[in-house]
Amino acid sequence: MSAGAPSIDRQAGPGRPSLHGKSSRGSMLADRVATAVLWGTGAFVLLLLGAIIVHFAMAAWGVVSPSFVLSDPSDSDLGGIFPLLWNSIYMLALTLMVSVPVGILGGIYMSEYAGDNAVTSAIRFAEEAISSVPSIVVGMFGLILFVDELHMGFTALGGALALTMFNLPLMTRLAEQALRAVPQDERSASLALGATKWQTIRHVVLPLAIPGLVTGVILTAGRVFGEAAVLLFTAGIGTPTHLNFGNLDITNPASPWSPFRPATTLSVYIYKLQSEGLGAYRNQIVDGSAALLIALVLIFNLGARFLGRVLTRRLTAA
Amino acid sequence: MVHLATPDRRASLRARPGFRERIDLPRRVVFVAAASMIGVVVLLLAFIAWQGLQLFLKDGIPITQIFSAEWQPDRMSGTVNFGLLPFIAGTIFVTVVALVISTPLSVGLALFLSEVAPQWAKAIVQPALEIFVGIPSVVWGWLGLTILVPFLSDTFQQGLVVSLPVLGEVFRAPGFRTGFSWLAGSLVLSIMILPTVTSVSYDAFRAVPQELRTGSLALGTTRWQAIRHILVPAALPGVLTAVVLGMTRAAGEALAVQMVIGSSPVFPRAITQPLSTLTSQITLEMGNTVFGEPWQDALWTMSLVLLVISITSVVLVRVINSRRIAL
Repeated sequence: MSAGAPSIDRQAGPGRPSLHGKSSRGSMLADRVATAVLWGTGAFVLLLLGAIIVHFAMAAWGVVSPSFVLSDPSDSDLGGIFPLLWNSIYMLALTLMVSVPVGILGGIYMSEYAGDNAVTSAIRFAEEAISSVPSIVVGMFGLILFVDELHMGFTALGGALALTMFNLPLMTRLAEQALRAVPQDERSASLALGATKWQTIRHVVLPLAIPGLVTGVILTAGRVFGEAAVLLFTAGIGTPTHLNFGNLDITNPASPWSPFRPATTLSVYIYKLQSEGLGAYRNQIVDGSAALLIALVLIFNLGARFLGRVLTRRLTAA
Repeated sequence: MVHLATPDRRASLRARPGFRERIDLPRRVVFVAAASMIGVVVLLLAFIAWQGLQLFLKDGIPITQIFSAEWQPDRMSGTVNFGLLPFIAGTIFVTVVALVISTPLSVGLALFLSEVAPQWAKAIVQPALEIFVGIPSVVWGWLGLTILVPFLSDTFQQGLVVSLPVLGEVFRAPGFRTGFSWLAGSLVLSIMILPTVTSVSYDAFRAVPQELRTGSLALGTTRWQAIRHILVPAALPGVLTAVVLGMTRAAGEALAVQMVIGSSPVFPRAITQPLSTLTSQITLEMGNTVFGEPWQDALWTMSLVLLVISITSVVLVRVINSRRIAL
C-alpha cells in the first residue's frame, strides 16, 4: 500500500566482484531460487482466481439469463431465483440502514474523541472479539435473542440485526480509518476559525472522509451479501414463494416489503440446495446462483474502488 | 501582576461553557454508538454461556462426559452420551492442516508483494486478493463439493497414487471412497484464510524500517539473505498475529467446511477420512433438534467452546502485539 518505499534491489549480480568467494555463489543461487518461488506464489493466486472465474463463467453459460434472474423457482424446469435475490437485496438494505449510521458514529468516536483510556481499550477489545467470533455462533446468538427470547420467529429483521452485530466492528473500523486519514491541519484550521469540535467534525472532517466512508460501506455490503451462516438460524431457511409486490402492508408477513417475514437469501439458498441434493436442475441452479454472487461481489468491489477514486478527485479538485 | 492570574480574572477572559457545551450531545451520541459493541459482546457472552452451560446445569450431564469420544445424542437409540472430543479434535485437526498448507503460501505471497513485486504486479495481485476475500463461504464450499471432492476421490482412489508404498496405504484407508475428508476441508480452508494471513503479514513486513533492509544490503547480503535473517525475524510477531487470525477464521468457518468433510462424528484417524467439526455439527443438527432438549443443549455447549476459542485467540493476539512493542 505504501508505494513510496522502494523494494530491495538485487545487489549481488553476476557481474559484480564477489566479496565472499565461493559461498556467495551459493547464496546468489539461493536468492534466485527464492525470487522465483516468491513470484510463483503471486502467479498461483492469479491462476487460481482466473480458474475460478473461468469455471463459473462456463458453468453459468446457458443458465444465467434474464429469465433465470427474474422468475420464480420451479419444480419442473430450471426456473429462476428472483425471490432469493430480492431477499438478499432487501436484507442488505435493512442491514445497512442500521449498521452504516451506527458504524460511522462509532468511527467518529474512535477517531475524534477516544482518549487513551480503559474505555477505549474495552471498545477495541469488543471490536476485535466480535470480529473473531464465528459467524455460526453469531447466528445462534440471534436465534436465542430474537427468535426465542423476543418471540420474533424467523424474520428478515432478526437476520438483519444479527448481521448488523456481526458487521458493526468492520464498519466502525473502516469509518475510523477513513476519518483518521483526514489531515490534522484541516481540523486545526477549522478550530482556529472558532468552530466547535462538532462543527469541525460535521462540516470539515466528515465531507473530506466521504470517499473512504463510501468504500467502507461497499466493502461491508459485499460481506453482508455473501453471508449465510448468520442467517440460517435467524432469517430462516425455507422454500421460496412467489412475491406479491402489490402488497404494501409492511406489517403483513405475506408482503415482500415486510421485515417481519422469513427471508431466505441467495447464499442460504445455495446451502439449502446442496444439502438437499434433490432436483434434476440442482447443479445448474447452484452454479448459476454462485456465478451471480461472484459477479455481484466483483461489481461491489470494483464499484468501491471506482466510486472512491471519483469522489476523491471531485472533492480534492473542488 | 501576580493577582491577574486569580481564577476570577481568567474566567472573565473566556466565556463560561453554556448548557449545550457542558452536555456535549454529539459526543454522547457517538460514544453510545461505539460502546454498543461492548454491549453486543456482553450479551453474546451471557447468552451463549448460559445456553452452553444448560447441558450441565439442567440436564445433569457431568462435565467430564464432554471429553469422551462417544457422540450418541439421540434418546431413541438407548444410551445417551455427549462426547464432544471428536468435534474438538476435528476442529483442531482441520485447522492445523489448513494452516500448514496456507501459512507458507500466504507468507510467501506477503513477501512477494512487499519485497519483490514491481508496481505493476502488485497492482494485479492485490485486487485479486480482495476478490478472494469477497467470495462467499457457500461458494467456496460449492467449489469444494463439485471440483475438489470428486478430484480427490478420482485421483487417490485408483491409479498411481494408491500403488505408492506409504502414501498408497493412507489413501487406501476405508472411508475415502467419496473424497469427503479432513484433507478436503483443510484444502478449502487454506484457500479461504489465504487473504487474511497474507494481508496481515504484508502489513508486518511493510512496518519493518527501510534502514534494516538497506543496512543488510550494504553489508553485501543478497535480497533473500536480508529477508531470511533480517525481515522475517523483525516481522515475526506480526506474522504470528496473521497466523492466529487465520486460525480463528479457519476454526470458525462453518458452511464451506460442512459441505466437504463428510460429517462423520468419529475421532479422526487419517487425513483421508471424513470427520466432523464443532461448526459443521452445529450447522447440521441445529435445525433437527428441539429447543431445550439435551441434544440441542450439547450443540449450545459446542458454540460456547467455539466462543472460548475465539476470545482466547483475541487475547493471544494482544499478548503477541504487546511483545512487539517491547522488542
